[in-house]
Amino acid sequence: MNDLMPVAVFFGSIFTSNILLANYLGMCSFLSVSKEIETSAGLGAAVIFVMAVTTALNWLVYNYILLPLGLDYLRFIVFIVVIAGFVQLVEMIIERISEGLYAALGIFLPLITVNCAILGVSLFMVIRNYNFINSFFFGLGSGIGWFLAIMAMAGIRKKIAGSRIPRGLEGAGITLIIAGMMALAFMGFSGMINVT
Amino acid sequence: MAGKALKTFTAPLGKDNPVFVQILGICSTLAVTNNLKNTVVMVLGVMFTTTLSSFTFSLLRKVIPGRIRMIAETLIIATFVIIVDIVLRAFMPEIWQQLGPYVGLIITNCIVMGRMEAFAASNPPGLSLIDGLASGMGYAYVLVIIAFFRELLGSGSVWGFPLLGDWWTNWAIMIMPPGAFFMLAIFIWVVKGRSKE
Repeated sequence: MNDLMPVAVFFGSIFTSNILLANYLGMCSFLSVSKEIETSAGLGAAVIFVMAVTTALNWLVYNYILLPLGLDYLRFIVFIVVIAGFVQLVEMIIERISEGLYAALGIFLPLITVNCAILGVSLFMVIRNYNFINSFFFGLGSGIGWFLAIMAMAGIRKKIAGSRIPRGLEGAGITLIIAGMMALAFMGFSGMINVT
Repeated sequence: MAGKALKTFTAPLGKDNPVFVQILGICSTLAVTNNLKNTVVMVLGVMFTTTLSSFTFSLLRKVIPGRIRMIAETLIIATFVIIVDIVLRAFMPEIWQQLGPYVGLIITNCIVMGRMEAFAASNPPGLSLIDGLASGMGYAYVLVIIAFFRELLGSGSVWGFPLLGDWWTNWAIMIMPPGAFFMLAIFIWVVKGRSKE
């Protein structure tokens, strides 16, 4: 399982085991942000970047600090601290570079810290026993997969904005049904590459 | 005081339900509900975590500076989640294995942190304890209902006991990811559709 090709891990994490549609991670921000294409693109890009880097960082921390010291059980706390610190850094950079993006993302940047997808990828990386290269590509691929899913969803939601939706299904309900259909579509990829 | 406590307790069960009204904690709602046994273990873990982290944070709310509030909250939650993780690993290794990363992901369950931010940060420990417990229960019963139907339709069984017999063709889709999305959407639809009438 841990001697997969990085390429396989990369494409597998985008398509066959999409972090959002197959593992349900990152749903909170997915449901609330996907109303706007621009905001989705911004958050998606941030997720790709944060996910790729934090997975690699957490791999180093886990294998070179936690395991030798026998502090395996502390990994939740340590991972979340690494992620929180890194997100803080990204937030400061975005604030400097792009006022517009910073204003648009608003409260969602701090929420990346509690975006389950980021921590989830690090935990999957430990469970699946990836090596360093694979961990990086797994993080990168998962981020891209999340980006793809949220962009597709934002596009679809824009299209259906004017349609008549049964009462009670507006908002979260219809979004979940679309996500379900997207999950069905992505299941079509399964069998091509198997990463579990 | 008693009135407020009662209101605090009932709101998350109905009109302020964390799952189908506030749409929080959806990840685990979808991920663990493909069989009832895992779901019950998971919701007990979440109830334990929300209750005790809200309580602990409320006790400490006056000594924690605003600047590091978020990280302090996360650390409190993570502590309780580690307890849940270790207990599960020791006493129910099989279920622990099946739940995989989702036990650790209780840390990022928005319900836990959401209740700490929205309630425990400005309320006394007793009320926060009630609020945490009630939020956990509001989450729990939704998950149990969803898991019941997913397991029943997807595997023809409940709690691992075959219930529907041989004539039933399993809807494999119900225990796979799309089924989770559809089931939750239908649940939200039913609840919202009824409540507006």
